[in-house]
Amino acid sequence: MATIGNNSINAKLVLLGDMGTGKSSLVLRFVKGQFLEFQESTIGAAFFSQTLAVSDATVKLEIWDTAGQERYHSLAPMYYRGAAAAIIVYDISRMESFERAKKWVQELQKQGNPSMVTSLVGNKCDLEDKREVLTEASEARTYAEDNGLFFMETSAKTAINVNDIFYEIARRLPRAQPAQQPAGMVIADRPAEISRASTCCS
Amino acid sequence: MDEEYDVIVLGTGLKECILSGLLSVDGLKVLHMDRNDYYGGESTSLSLVQLWKRFRSNDKPPELLGSSREYNVDMIPKFMMANGTLVRVLIRTGVTKYLNFKAVDGSFVYNNGKIYKVPATDVEALKSTLMGLFEKRRARKFFIYVQDYEDDDPKSHEGLDLNKVTTRDVISKYGLEDNTVDFIGHALALHRDDSYLDEPAIYTVKRMKLYAESLARFQGGSPYIYPLYGLGELPQGFARLSAVYGGTYMLNKPECKVEFDTDGKAYGVTSEGETAKCKKVVCDPSYLPDKVKKVGRVARAICIMSHPIPNTNDSHSVQIILPQKQLGRRSDMYVFCCSYAHNVAPKGKYIAFVSTEAETDHPETELKPGIDLLGPVDETFFDIYDRYEPANHDEQDNCFISTSYDATTHFESTVQDVISMYKKITGKELDLSVDLSAASAAGEDA
Repeated sequence: MATIGNNSINAKLVLLGDMGTGKSSLVLRFVKGQFLEFQESTIGAAFFSQTLAVSDATVKLEIWDTAGQERYHSLAPMYYRGAAAAIIVYDISRMESFERAKKWVQELQKQGNPSMVTSLVGNKCDLEDKREVLTEASEARTYAEDNGLFFMETSAKTAINVNDIFYEIARRLPRAQPAQQPAGMVIADRPAEISRASTCCS
Repeated sequence: MDEEYDVIVLGTGLKECILSGLLSVDGLKVLHMDRNDYYGGESTSLSLVQLWKRFRSNDKPPELLGSSREYNVDMIPKFMMANGTLVRVLIRTGVTKYLNFKAVDGSFVYNNGKIYKVPATDVEALKSTLMGLFEKRRARKFFIYVQDYEDDDPKSHEGLDLNKVTTRDVISKYGLEDNTVDFIGHALALHRDDSYLDEPAIYTVKRMKLYAESLARFQGGSPYIYPLYGLGELPQGFARLSAVYGGTYMLNKPECKVEFDTDGKAYGVTSEGETAKCKKVVCDPSYLPDKVKKVGRVARAICIMSHPIPNTNDSHSVQIILPQKQLGRRSDMYVFCCSYAHNVAPKGKYIAFVSTEAETDHPETELKPGIDLLGPVDETFFDIYDRYEPANHDEQDNCFISTSYDATTHFESTVQDVISMYKKITGKELDLSVDLSAASAAGEDA
């Protein structure tokens, strides 16, 4: 859930979509500016945070990657819990991954909170010659509009539009949250870092 | 799934998920499967509809109780000691970052038909109405002795070698009354029966210190903390850890049959016609029913209420211990209550559990002293489940089976089982050295 300090917002963002669509690559490109041609299936780190400055606020995104648990449909309810934003990723060169993205949208509508900022992302748009999912006409964009998602095509490889999705999400996150249930405490072994993120001096 | 793994873990209960996480972090190749389509196995938390399906054989809970999804009813209700081993495991593995906790409001003890806040420090002992004037002073002295006791400071031992002297002897030195001994042993040191009296006093002193240090940590009314959305979050958190380190997860896998070679050694697991090979199998008792023995039964009542438990200062979360002797029983009874304050029920609703090691076949009658403390309830479910222990030799069959969850209201025995299984599986001690003094709670009001 997005929480507000003095013009600073903490928000959990989850990535969804089938294996091999480039979810981790998008995050790596965004957070570290890197791209690996043969990125291994997600291992070791599936939790990034990145702070973005948009016009009226500082937004700290806590980005959750699936850690491969999407492979056999074993994502835990915890994954969706409290998420303020979601990016659903498909691979423009694989129609099947787009069909599966629609299933993820349904899953999100079932599990997630209704006010979530959701975007549909067609990744690997550098693979124009292998394109299977059309941008306009009856496919991706229309589907996104019909389902209240914002839509972009990206390439983690060339970096096209990658930062744009994350900034667009940061802009769209609700500024005034209704009073949430208390968030509770986080137990940390590095107290300073956590308190900086979640306290303010109002 | 047709691959070879170092370890296949069956069942996604808390113990199995912690082990799966630790083994993946160690670099082992882990496949983790569950026959259910949800995480948590026996230690899951259920929605209202799931609860009705399980205990009422229908999926139509009364609308009066509110939204099914807002309920997270623990099947194995327990609290975490703020300084206990589970917190150490959580910090050591970094799983804390997936979870949010809140302190538990109160810790009470049943004495002569009434309940009292558990006094845990010398100051509280003096304030408590649990003891008479002179007894308070004696208890205070004993508490100060325990607080000051340090293993490596002989001066603090006051001439007693606690590794040799029994608890009974130390207590008689301070001249404490039976009722005081009762709450110290059961509500502070959290012993489950009275055998501790004849064991070296060091065990009891260490447990009392853990209680007092846990109490001091978050300035709550109890030494306990509890995760928002219920305990079902814990196995999910450790499963995520395992997945992050390369563990493969498959839910809703029917059968999960362990395959044995001619020497009786497990070599794989078959589900839906496919066999995954492995060197070791880790599972809960339900996956290898021929290799476990029944060691007891837990009787429990699950109650949904619209008010806090009376006489607990309106605590939104609370534990009450009813020591065996107070009830004329062989084992303690535990009351555990949580509410919407921990996001386990809709606004205004409370969930209480009364549990004990079953001594009869009639949980309704047996649990009455605990249920009587609750006041009126909206719904009650009675249940008895069997507890199992492994009866195999892991060096002969490569199977590592966890022990069923007991009726205690905290996780110390649970994590001890995990630690000893980890040692058997890997041949090494689990390193739980974390600097608890550097760990702290943050973001209480974030």
